[in-house]
Amino acid sequence: MPESAAVGRPRRCDGRCWLFAAGIIALAVALPVLGLLAQAVQGSAGLWPHLLATVLPVALVDTIVLLCGVGLVTAVIGTGSAWLVTAYAFPGQRILEWALLLPLAVPSYIIAYAYLDILHPIGTFQGVVRWLLGYSSPREFRLPDVRSMTGCILLMGFVLYPYVYIPTRAMFLTQSANLIDAARLLGVSRRAVFWRVALPLARPAVAVGISLALMEALNDVGAVEFLGVRTLTVSIYTTWITRTDLPGASQIALSLLLIVVALVAMERWARRRQRYTADVQRSRSLQPRPVPFWTGSAMLLAGCLPVLFGFVAPAAYLAAEAWKRFRFAGLSPNFVHEAGTTILLATVATVLTILCGLVVAYTLRVRPNRVSAWSFRLATMGYAAPGTVIAIGVLIVLASVDRFIDRNAQDWFGVSTGLLFMGSGAALVYAYAVRFLAITAGGIDAGLSRIPPSLDHAARTLGQSQLGTFRQVLLPLSQPAIFAAGLLVFVDCVKELPATLLLRPLNVETFATHLYGEAARGTYEEASIAALAIVAIGVLPVVLLSRFQRLKL
Amino acid sequence: MTTLHEQATDVSRPALRTEGVSRRFGSMAALSGVNLTIARGEVVCLVGHSGCGKSTLLRVIAGIETPDEGRVFLDGREVSGPSAFVEPEARNVGFVFQDYALFPHLTAEENILFGLKRIARAEAREKAQAIIARVGIGHLAGRYPHMLSGGEQQRVALARALAPQPGIVLMDEPFSNLDQGLRDRVRNDTLSLLKALGTTVIMVTHDPEEALSAGDRVVLMRSGQIVQSGTGYDLHDRPVSAYAAEFFGASNKVPGIYRDGVVESAIGRFPRKLAVGDGGHVTLFVRPQAVSLSLKHGDLPARVVRRRFHGEIEQLQLRIDDLPAPLEVRTMARLPAGTEAVHISVTTDQVLIFPTSSSP
Repeated sequence: MPESAAVGRPRRCDGRCWLFAAGIIALAVALPVLGLLAQAVQGSAGLWPHLLATVLPVALVDTIVLLCGVGLVTAVIGTGSAWLVTAYAFPGQRILEWALLLPLAVPSYIIAYAYLDILHPIGTFQGVVRWLLGYSSPREFRLPDVRSMTGCILLMGFVLYPYVYIPTRAMFLTQSANLIDAARLLGVSRRAVFWRVALPLARPAVAVGISLALMEALNDVGAVEFLGVRTLTVSIYTTWITRTDLPGASQIALSLLLIVVALVAMERWARRRQRYTADVQRSRSLQPRPVPFWTGSAMLLAGCLPVLFGFVAPAAYLAAEAWKRFRFAGLSPNFVHEAGTTILLATVATVLTILCGLVVAYTLRVRPNRVSAWSFRLATMGYAAPGTVIAIGVLIVLASVDRFIDRNAQDWFGVSTGLLFMGSGAALVYAYAVRFLAITAGGIDAGLSRIPPSLDHAARTLGQSQLGTFRQVLLPLSQPAIFAAGLLVFVDCVKELPATLLLRPLNVETFATHLYGEAARGTYEEASIAALAIVAIGVLPVVLLSRFQRLKL
Repeated sequence: MTTLHEQATDVSRPALRTEGVSRRFGSMAALSGVNLTIARGEVVCLVGHSGCGKSTLLRVIAGIETPDEGRVFLDGREVSGPSAFVEPEARNVGFVFQDYALFPHLTAEENILFGLKRIARAEAREKAQAIIARVGIGHLAGRYPHMLSGGEQQRVALARALAPQPGIVLMDEPFSNLDQGLRDRVRNDTLSLLKALGTTVIMVTHDPEEALSAGDRVVLMRSGQIVQSGTGYDLHDRPVSAYAAEFFGASNKVPGIYRDGVVESAIGRFPRKLAVGDGGHVTLFVRPQAVSLSLKHGDLPARVVRRRFHGEIEQLQLRIDDLPAPLEVRTMARLPAGTEAVHISVTTDQVLIFPTSSSP
């Protein structure tokens, strides 16, 4: 009589255990930010005037100019391309629909790295331009230097516009064709429909996309440094790496965090509106309108430009360089070693992130109360924080933990544990988990919410405990969501640069840090293979995303 | 496993007893002080409008919901109360959900085996086969839920709930997702099977007709409380309140005044004993079938205002002197076309009279 074991037993801790675990995870995510705050506050107060006089003004201006520029470029390319493939049927439109996602595979530091070489004054491209124009030396004619604010804005715009393209296109697709028809009948011309109806309705989606793109722009530490733009992110990095000034770095990080909070507020605000507008009843979705052949060809050409600049050109360049390098030297043992490190770190972080995401999302399902809701919110706030900020926070927290353990070990056992977390890569995995937990928790939560709660109840009345229900019913049913979220996290870990740079143990190189090192030294040889590998891995979620997008149609 | 045989040894103990069960959601009281006792083998219908708390009561019994106050006993054992809580998986209840809640990643047979995980595999298979044969879904065993029609899903859900031989089967609107024609057949099959097995059943429904026809006993709920409990005849013919009278059938409402043990109204005088003061206002509930119709003979003359032909019966609207609203009447007799004047008689003991209140 198995159930007799439970007879009369007081309520099991099942639900409370989940709540407790979710609370711990939320705390672990919040800890780096708290550490950062503590450090910034207790750090010498005299540092603020110094910062305000020297680093901050330049960094702040550069950051704001960069954000405005990137925001504008991504908004124009993102909404323009989204409207193009949604409203018009032209040859190649179906392919363009997903091809426009491809630049997502190219991290900003890789596009900067690639274009620095492509557009080098004595490189092939500029040589061809000069030959065409009849000049003979770079001294007579050269294109404007890519190492500038303008160059940085354009290059980032070409890889970040998909963040605007995806939600805006989804929004255009959910808009009712009836609204467009109604507008036409009320006297709005076909051309004006975009400005008068479609765009105003899609504004919340555009705002969400822009805020996500800007968070990515803030996160970047490679592209801005290669291109000579001194943003806050770079200042944090150099303050710590070159001056080992942790209070200073945390104070700059804090000001960066303020900008992030503003971006998150903008995103949240836009999402609220988005929910409202998405409720508009739709009967018939927008059908693409066929256009004459020549117009269609022009549209295809225009739509291909962002893909060309954001993906095809850098990827082709990397492939050619990598092939050259491979023919010349083959794969060095270093490369194999880096591949191992990169995959190991990303895998461990992915598994950890999935587990934490499962706990946080599942707790929200079985115990929907204030504690679980706040745990979920706290646990998923890392997505907005730049890697540099998280890395500094993790550094503060784990360095003191390391010191504490080491001191105690020496006192009690007379052995030094050294830097237990910082030296082992655990710190890096922690930072990855903090930054990417939103992806798994959000993805799994979305997956779980598609499973009706009556299935949980059915399993319970059929003899399964809460844990058994989770294992037997929810886990198998949310597998696709877990897999998709895991893939995204894995790829993001592989691409991640700023936190990896700051937290990797000594002498440990991943693809991303290797690439950064060579680009910073101005040598480009072997990094092209690493860069190509990152882009190749980055294409995986694009494939997934394009399938998902098709499904939503 | 508690077997059906063991349970049958103590018939005196009720299968379910609740004592003052209350549950609040925010400021809304879903259940307030519900006392309900159900004998073994009884089929009980919980009925009421949506939001009356009937589904919440079912979920409290299953242990999916925890009551704020009160105690629940299953087979004499306290399963919810101030000092004890038995998790749903240890309550030995079967639950048939409104959406059937079949696990989409398992076949029909695997769904049925899901509740038999605690017993040896061979024995589980045997039990599953037995219930599959009993419910008559042998040909569906290997299919996944999405390959089944609504009626087939309902039968698999029923088999799944019955397979572990639960002490009580709870069904939450189990037929509401089926088409009208299919619903009657599936309901008859299900109930005769449950009766044959001698299972104790609580079924939640919002359909008055279903409640009257399906159960041994009908429990009418309103705003988290039990209004009346009894056989279908009790609730339909002898409702204790105006609410119950209205719930089980449309009635003509006729105002009246109570004087000296007699209710006076435009449709006649009815001697009654009512707890109303002399000269108090009362409402007479007259079901359409309580009025008989004839061309020449009857107590009251009436004029035909409107006729609506339904085939078997005809619905008439009659105007009576001194009555503000027309009277709805049903008849199976054929009146000649163009009939204007008729006579009616009201069956006295079918007229229900309650004090007039602001709410129905």
